[in-house]
Amino acid sequence: MDETRQTRGGEFLIESFIRVIGVSSIGFVGLIFLFLLREGIPFFFEVEPGNLLGTRWYPTFDLFGMLPLLLGSVLVTVIAMGIALPLGVATAIFVREVAPNWAREILKPLIEVLAGIPSVVLGFFGMTLIAPLVRETLGVPTGLTAFTGALILAYMALPTIISVAEDALDAVPKSYRDAGLAMGATQWQTIWRVVVPAARSGIVTAMMLGMGRAIGETMAVMMVTGNAARMPLALDSLFQPVRTMTATVAAEMGEVAQGSTHYRALFAIGIILFLLTFVINLAAASTIFKKRRRGGLR
Amino acid sequence: MSLPEEPKIRIQNVSYSYGGQPALSSVTLDVPANAISVFFGPAGGGKTTLLRLINRLNDLVEGTQMAGSILLDGQDLYAPEVNVTELRRRVGMVFALPLPLPGTVRENVLYGPQLAGVGDRTIQDEILMRSLTQAALWDEVKDRLDDPAVALSGGQQQRLCIARSLALEPQVLLLDEPTSGLDPISTAKVENSLFQLKENYTIIIVPHSVQQAARVADYAAFFLMGELIEHRPGNEIFVTPHHQRTEDYVTGRFG
Amino acid sequence: MDRHLVQRLGFALLSLVALVVVAPILLVVGAVVVRGSGAINWEFLTAMPRDGMKAGGILPALVGTVILTLGTALAAIPVGVGGAIYLSEYARDTWLTRAIRLAIINLAGIPSVVYGLFGLGLFVLFLQFGTSILAGSLTLAIMTLPVIISASEEALRAVPTEFRTVSASLGGTRWQGIRHIVLPQALPGIITGVILGLLRAAGETAPILFTVAAFYLPRLPRSPFDQTMALPYHLYVTSTQVPGMPMKIQYGTALVLLALVLSMNVVATIIRSYYRKRRQW
Repeated sequence: MDETRQTRGGEFLIESFIRVIGVSSIGFVGLIFLFLLREGIPFFFEVEPGNLLGTRWYPTFDLFGMLPLLLGSVLVTVIAMGIALPLGVATAIFVREVAPNWAREILKPLIEVLAGIPSVVLGFFGMTLIAPLVRETLGVPTGLTAFTGALILAYMALPTIISVAEDALDAVPKSYRDAGLAMGATQWQTIWRVVVPAARSGIVTAMMLGMGRAIGETMAVMMVTGNAARMPLALDSLFQPVRTMTATVAAEMGEVAQGSTHYRALFAIGIILFLLTFVINLAAASTIFKKRRRGGLR
Repeated sequence: MSLPEEPKIRIQNVSYSYGGQPALSSVTLDVPANAISVFFGPAGGGKTTLLRLINRLNDLVEGTQMAGSILLDGQDLYAPEVNVTELRRRVGMVFALPLPLPGTVRENVLYGPQLAGVGDRTIQDEILMRSLTQAALWDEVKDRLDDPAVALSGGQQQRLCIARSLALEPQVLLLDEPTSGLDPISTAKVENSLFQLKENYTIIIVPHSVQQAARVADYAAFFLMGELIEHRPGNEIFVTPHHQRTEDYVTGRFG
Repeated sequence: MDRHLVQRLGFALLSLVALVVVAPILLVVGAVVVRGSGAINWEFLTAMPRDGMKAGGILPALVGTVILTLGTALAAIPVGVGGAIYLSEYARDTWLTRAIRLAIINLAGIPSVVYGLFGLGLFVLFLQFGTSILAGSLTLAIMTLPVIISASEEALRAVPTEFRTVSASLGGTRWQGIRHIVLPQALPGIITGVILGLLRAAGETAPILFTVAAFYLPRLPRSPFDQTMALPYHLYVTSTQVPGMPMKIQYGTALVLLALVLSMNVVATIIRSYYRKRRQW
């Protein structure tokens, strides 16, 4: 009898532990935000808004204009998505709707490999092989450009986009396809007029998750974009060096004095990054949740 | 009605609903000890729901509501002080499909006793032999005790599931269409073991056909759309039903 | 135009796109293998770096990455698997559960460099662990959590509900059902998820930049409060911060890192497919 009571006690402990841990994810998100705020918020009081919204980021001269960094991130992300979204959706369609079995067996593991390659290795590859290629083909002074970064980022976002888009296509009922084919449409027409429109919201989710991935990517971007903090507004900005928010934090945090304005500025960038990805993921999540409630996804 | 004085289970005014959908309405019914009671009727009548209420398996389902009470030996099963795991050891359950747990024949039979704290090897062996014998399976598997349970045939798996419940020496055995997936020979074996078991157990079975209901029932209760239509000794209800709807069902006019 | 011709052209275009997606992957792996394999020898893997890292081996970086990954595993596995058990076995559909799921999705989306900032703020400075293996492992562990939780929850949910019902009907408590039936059945899936999470941690650079990584520390770490070199950071600094670094060493480092991460990937895939074939439900 004693033994049973003991197991009951042990069981109570384990179940309590599991419940606490279950809720801890919320705690971690909260903690992360809290510590970013703690180190970063004072920055917004130390620096004038005019400086903050300026176009020059020279922390050594107390110039903390964040616009070039923000626009750098936006430029690289948008171009990356411009490349990755069509490639990713087309690949998902190919894998899910068209590819013969043997091609699928090759494609899926390879895409998993891509997802597993550390970003620093991709950055290294981009630096040593892609950048020289970009320089020579385009005849620009350096191959470390926004475009090079966007290209690498696009490939880093591809596994996410492909797998989410594939799930979305998978969730389209077979009866839709049958209906399309029964009306005399070719498979190609059915895919574009029936299946893809039906999977639209899932494809939007794929894009948002890929975008979140791209905007937060750090090492590869830092290694291949050249890191010049200037406003990417000219027409040829795409083929010039650019600097993103993530790269700024990663490159400069090692050299700042703890507690300085510059140190806090980097945490302030962290806050912006956190909020940006938070909003993007929230939007992506809401489409996922909505679909779950309707019972569309699984 | 010729029910014995002291019923094993008293179901009193039980109503039940899943997420607002009523499944049982005001069912009152006494289940006598050491006999086979049959809950039968067309699908969706509430038989299985009532069965699962008797060992509180429906506790695992979310969004349900229950009214009324169920007494086992005069004790309310839904009283707050009831230990549910203890209750489930006293009231065993066999499901419609054979559901062997992952693992060997031996592990399946001993799963319940081990959780209840039976660690002694000799006692375990006794339990193994007794319950497999009671389920009419011992001779077929005595040399295969350490084979994976899924390697048995469908009929053997279902008798294994019966043995697994019997291993806990329950007082009541609930069976939910236990032979629905079985061939006639296996079905006969299961039914025969039920006849032997009723000497010591109170058995409630949801049969998979009227024929089976008629074959095994000492008492039978006919359910239709969540209501208990009539409840009488088996040899009466199938021969001279009181209610038109029971007669229609028993004679195969609907269902 | 003939619509069947359109279809043929369309399909051809799709295959071409798939090729465009896949070819660079082979190119990256191929380039790293071809150019890096020349650098790999016993000394490279087992010696300390010399001459400002321009010669010698990468032992401390290799050991550092292994230790960091193990530290991450130690912290992330109990929390990740526990969280998955909560979500799959205990949580009901309430606002709290939805908030947890939202939190996990957001954890998965937080940029790795922000994890680095967080680790710096909480572990290095506030808790005063200093730049240390402890701080780095904990930072990586929190980053790894969403991967482990999602994969483990999926594995747990794949175990048929009936097993839980049967266990309950035999007088098992909820925890006993989990402990004796559900967890063992879900284990291969959980292990796969854990490995996938850990391989991400092993390859990450940004979260360890300010929490543990040492630029040049030619000895092995002695305590959890030590700094350490790490492979991804080593590759980053040798390729960007050290002028005149021999290409061979850079590619060699990249190859060792890639081999480590991809072999974990392969192990995860093998476990998954092996048990998927073997399982009985």
